Amino acid sequence: MSDFLRSYLTVAIFGLMGVALVGAFLGLARLLRPDNPTTEKLESYESGVDPTGDMWSQANIRYYIFALLFVLFDVEAVFIFPWAIRLDAYGVFGLIEMGIFIFILLLGLFYAWRKGLLRWV
Amino acid sequence: MMTLAELAYWQSTSLRVVGGFAAVLLMAGTLVYLHLFKLVSFMQSRLGPMETGPYGSLQLLAEVGKFLQKEDIFPRKADRFVFAAAPFVVLMSTFLLVVVVPGGPDAWFIDSDLGIYLAMAVSSVSVIGILMAGWGSANKYSLMGGLRATGQLIAYELPLILAVVGVVIQAGTMNMQGIVLAQADGEIFGWGAIGNPFILTQFVGLVVFLIAMQAELTQSPFDMPVAESELVTGYMTEYSGMRFLLFFIGEFATAGVFSAIAAVLFLGGWYVPGIDSDSNAFNVIGPLVMLGKVVFVSFLVFWARFTFPRFREDQLQRLAWKFLIPIALVNIVATGILKVAF
Repeated sequence: MSDFLRSYLTVAIFGLMGVALVGAFLGLARLLRPDNPTTEKLESYESGVDPTGDMWSQANIRYYIFALLFVLFDVEAVFIFPWAIRLDAYGVFGLIEMGIFIFILLLGLFYAWRKGLLRWV
Repeated sequence: MMTLAELAYWQSTSLRVVGGFAAVLLMAGTLVYLHLFKLVSFMQSRLGPMETGPYGSLQLLAEVGKFLQKEDIFPRKADRFVFAAAPFVVLMSTFLLVVVVPGGPDAWFIDSDLGIYLAMAVSSVSVIGILMAGWGSANKYSLMGGLRATGQLIAYELPLILAVVGVVIQAGTMNMQGIVLAQADGEIFGWGAIGNPFILTQFVGLVVFLIAMQAELTQSPFDMPVAESELVTGYMTEYSGMRFLLFFIGEFATAGVFSAIAAVLFLGGWYVPGIDSDSNAFNVIGPLVMLGKVVFVSFLVFWARFTFPRFREDQLQRLAWKFLIPIALVNIVATGILKVAF
């Protein structure tokens, strides 16, 4: 296996370490903790009063427009990183290109701003 | 002397696994004891834990022992699989993040050219875990907390990423070792006595990064998702005993790892001026230097946490979109111009 792939194997191993740590702690706790469930304990918490209605209640999350903007800028970041590494090679040409790119993006952000999309409600 | 790179893969990886556990748990423990127990106590004119061990230094173990004996409660209405899986996902994201942090010229977990880019990518995994916790709990507070956290984490991910771009432009690489070396061997307009720690030349980037980091860690003043007075700790409301403690460990371990990433990006990582940057000595003192810098950066995080009151939920997105992102973009352009001009 090449070093490149191996370094990603290390990443995967580290991911498993997180799982192993949680598993070890929960396993240890299982040996030590009491287990005495009652109906009241298993009730959902709602500030001490009996919970009402369906727990997965509908809430206006107001974030979908931010989620759209996020996708837009996240894709832009994907383009900016390779440019940032190679800026020495691109020189003034790359600078002007990226200047135009960022200007258009800022324009988009200011459009959303002006349209009131960045406001709460 | 054998270096880590000459060992077989399974040998070096075994060492790295031990190092990884040590890095995550030690950083989390150091942060909780130094900052959460002691710093906040001194700021509030009290002593903090004093009974368990010298200056209360064993309080952490006592706390873990306490949580181990707590009953594990699954709410009847909870989505059991999602509820149980959420702590696994959150801790996994912490360990995926720590993998990029270097501790010395040979003391690294991975030496990937994607480095910081990988870190920015996997930092989003915790959002999934938090949303799973909020949804799986089947509790109105948890659901609100999970949704708030998601909105907050994706909004502040952008300034975080864009602040990094300035560093990448200056270093010319995304490799974390490369970024350290660029700071160790760089010079500021021809003056190279202390190298070029990017805290000096990327100060705007650092400020944006630290603010975004605060929000990513959901530390006060950005703790609306866990606001105890409104949402009763949000997505963690229904978690009890060890599962709650695991979220807590994850929170502080992630704070430590993010501080480490900030230390690498802006404070020169394991390098200290005065010693040659390819000296073998850094394999020994590098991890200690990193720990020192981590304590410093996390001190700033917790200082802010204990000083500022919580933002209102509607002020949150405004700060990210109307201030941090435009500033970060302008910072990128300015850094690019200076890089090409000099």
